[in-house]
Amino acid sequence: MSVTTERKEPVFSAHQITRHYQMGDVLIQALRGVDLELYRGEFVVLLGASGSGKSTLLNILGGLDTASCGELRYGNTVLSQADDKALTRYRREQVGFVFQFYNLIPSLTALENVALVTDISSNPMSPHEALAMVDLTERSGHFPSQLSGGEQQRVAIARAIAKKPRVLLCDEPTGALDSKTGSKVMAVLHQINQQLGTTTLVITHNEAIAAMADRVIRLKDGQIVDIQHNPAPKSASELSW
Amino acid sequence: MQALQQKLWRDLLAMKGQILAIAAVIGAGVMVLFLAVTTLDMLERAQQRFYQQAHFGDVFVDLTRAPEHLIPHLQRLPGVQQVQSSVRAPVRLEVAGFEAPIRGLMLSLPEQGLPRLNQLVLLHGHFPAEANEVAITEPFANAHQLQPGDTITAVIQGRLQRLQVSAIVLSPEFIYQLGPADLLPDYQRFGVLWMPRQALAHAFQMDGAFNHLSVSLQRGANPMPVLDALDLVLAPYGSRGSYLRAEQASHRFLTEELEQLSVMAWVLPLLFLGVAAFLLNVLIGRLVRNQLQQIAVLKAFGYSHSALLLHYLQLACVIVVLGVITGIGLGLWAATGLAELYAAYFHFPEMELRVQLRHLALALLVALLAAMVGVFSVLQQVARLQPAAAMRPAVPPQFHQGLAEQLLLRPWLGQLNRIIVRNLLRYPGRSLLSVLGIALSSALLLVGSFQFHALHALLDIQYRHILQMDTQLMLTEASPERVLAEIRAEPGVLAAEAFRMVPVRLHHQRTSYRTVLQGLEARPQLRQLLDQELTPIELPAEGLVLTRYLADYLGLKPGDSVQAELMEGANRLVELPLAAVVDEPVGVSGYMERRALNRLLQEGPAISGVWLLTDPLKRTELQQRLQQRPKIAGISQMADIEQQLRNYIADTLLGMMAILLLMAGSITFAVIYNNARIALAERSRELATLRVLGFERYQVGWVLAGEVLLLTLLAIPLGWLLGTGFAWSLQQALTMDLFRLPFVLEPASFALAALGVLVATVLSLSLMLRRFQQLDMISALKTE
Repeated sequence: MSVTTERKEPVFSAHQITRHYQMGDVLIQALRGVDLELYRGEFVVLLGASGSGKSTLLNILGGLDTASCGELRYGNTVLSQADDKALTRYRREQVGFVFQFYNLIPSLTALENVALVTDISSNPMSPHEALAMVDLTERSGHFPSQLSGGEQQRVAIARAIAKKPRVLLCDEPTGALDSKTGSKVMAVLHQINQQLGTTTLVITHNEAIAAMADRVIRLKDGQIVDIQHNPAPKSASELSW
Repeated sequence: MQALQQKLWRDLLAMKGQILAIAAVIGAGVMVLFLAVTTLDMLERAQQRFYQQAHFGDVFVDLTRAPEHLIPHLQRLPGVQQVQSSVRAPVRLEVAGFEAPIRGLMLSLPEQGLPRLNQLVLLHGHFPAEANEVAITEPFANAHQLQPGDTITAVIQGRLQRLQVSAIVLSPEFIYQLGPADLLPDYQRFGVLWMPRQALAHAFQMDGAFNHLSVSLQRGANPMPVLDALDLVLAPYGSRGSYLRAEQASHRFLTEELEQLSVMAWVLPLLFLGVAAFLLNVLIGRLVRNQLQQIAVLKAFGYSHSALLLHYLQLACVIVVLGVITGIGLGLWAATGLAELYAAYFHFPEMELRVQLRHLALALLVALLAAMVGVFSVLQQVARLQPAAAMRPAVPPQFHQGLAEQLLLRPWLGQLNRIIVRNLLRYPGRSLLSVLGIALSSALLLVGSFQFHALHALLDIQYRHILQMDTQLMLTEASPERVLAEIRAEPGVLAAEAFRMVPVRLHHQRTSYRTVLQGLEARPQLRQLLDQELTPIELPAEGLVLTRYLADYLGLKPGDSVQAELMEGANRLVELPLAAVVDEPVGVSGYMERRALNRLLQEGPAISGVWLLTDPLKRTELQQRLQQRPKIAGISQMADIEQQLRNYIADTLLGMMAILLLMAGSITFAVIYNNARIALAERSRELATLRVLGFERYQVGWVLAGEVLLLTLLAIPLGWLLGTGFAWSLQQALTMDLFRLPFVLEPASFALAALGVLVATVLSLSLMLRRFQQLDMISALKTE
């Protein structure tokens, strides 16, 4: 199943992506021929049950993993054939990641966690600016252990956007948070998508979040089963969890 | 418990690298412990057995000549158990096929039966019965491949005499067979022989008389009154003062060796097992931290505290047992080698290396104890754990911006270096102990290298600065000065200088010391007296100069007065001012201007020996001519002696250095490898995050390697400091009568100390980075 939208150029185009793992004696088919295009500035939600292949897809899009078969293009670059060095450069320059468990460096303060990324990117915003965007200026000198879960996730978002990435990939960003904090985090993601025009892909179990998306893609057993266009996305504050 | 056992083996298997590294450190400690106690036990048993079996004397007296009829009187002195008189005399020996001069000491054997004291152990042949038969010691026989029935030539009182070897023996008096004024045994150039008393006495005009007495004491008798009584009776007969076993040359060397072994038995194992305890603490501590949830689940299922404590204890015990087995194996192997080395220097009838159950138990116990110290705090943690508490996810590790970090962390440092420094500061105890562990091995390397260089520096001082002669001649007795003129006139002699040598006992306050007093020229050319800066000093016209070590021992400063009991001639007690001290690394002597000494002895300008500087081209012929002179008791070549000393150092010290190097390497490797492995395990998620954020492999590798490298770099200066301290202590500990190591630390030693740990660091890092290559970003991120 392929999707086309006339008004925008594709950032990613995936063609017949498959991914299988050998786990002991068992061959696991995580993705079975996925075709997909993501467009500039889109806010996309990827829904699916555990084991549906959504994390695998996100990892491949983010250059953490490579497809077993099929072709993945990022702009004019063929990511599916890139080597480790090229993928590292791609992650450093193009992609921002947000994870369920934040993955902050515990030995660095909020500001330093952001600076970690701005130090190695070519045209970043200042770490202070990034923290201001997630409303954490006052907590910039705190270590992860001194921050709440929501604050830690906002630091992680600041870290992800500080390099001004073209793509923001979020793996269950609200999975470890209560609904109120989760809603705040989603609001930040939405705001960034609006302000910077960053293509944003969010993986979630939470159907409610889908209402925020321009498009909702559903995955089941390693295949895309449904794509919905949402002509009037809601804002995070309008969501009911 | 079956399942828990399974878990034990799986855990062990998963940590095999670290376990082996720790076991190696335990092994190194146990090896030294086992080596030292086994060897100590071997030597002590051999010594006791030989002393008992041969009835080794307790008190000895050298004298000029005393009539045999004194013996029944001496026998009745209170406290005396047994006395044995004998005649002993220096002789010169010639063995067919050996060109160099051989000095000999000929001792008498009773005409009938065995001596009451200092009996010989017969190895081959029969005890001498005829006037021309002799017994010789085994090392001398081996050095010249002599067997019973072979003949040797002796120059006795200037008369050439052919002697037949009838027996190869060992004597408790010559377990360590050292020639007079020698530093090391030289079995080729010094021999000990026994012949029937009458023949020997006759040759030396000692019929019905003796010049040596051995005495054994009654059990529990106080030796001091016996010494006083002997001195009183024998003073008129030229007694040089009675002395105890502790001053008997062979016994003294053996005792010093045993003392060194017992120091080795506890110092090094202590260091190594301390490091092992620390490593176990870190390893099992991390294991428990990672398994808190498992522990909680097991407790929730109803496993008791003690079952779980036992589980982690067993883990530690397996490591200990591995280490102990390795250590005992290596120790046994090293002990076999050491026993061979000892057999070359100490001659016992039987010397048997025995593995004693109590030594095995000791090694195991000490290692277990160290392990218990190491894991105690960890086990407490296991015991205290509440099942519910452990089920909750762990909070992120706490970090604070402390004072240390404000000092260390500069803005330009960059985030990756910041991670390194913060991680080290977060566990300051662990970092400090790691630094200490690495510093310790660096220090061991420094000490090894120090020993090596110091011994060579000692030999350089002795043979380049102090002893400028190439040949030393000892005369059979004090002789007139014209002997010097005669020797000087020999072709091939470039320079000759005479000396007088007298045994003396020095007293100051309550301390006394037996040594020799040497009479030298006021400005000796062939034998320098040096001050601390190695500049020659001039002998004062009157007064005494002492080796600094001896002056310190007697508590004397220049200007103080010292009592000297001259053991030759009229045996007078004189009061002498201490004029100066000299810094000599070898031996302990007193010096005086030669004629001043002659005056003290109330004699003419007599000499005891001559030092020569000879023409190398004519040396052999000169030696042969000198050997024909009946007046000359012994000829020593300085170059031979020096070579022997250097060989000895190479034999003993290089082996020791290799062991030290190995052990230091094992500590560094274990400490660093463990640190790195733990860092990798604890922070795989952090490292994966960095990779995801777009850091290159080498940059993320640096976070791991930088931490380890920083520890090593911090450890190196500390290692230098510790090593300098160790070297100084060693130098103090090795300050003894025989020699004093100069305290010289070469740049090469510091370089070795640094290089050794750096190489070990790079090795363990390369192993660890291989593991890092396999780090799976995705799975590292998945886990909470």
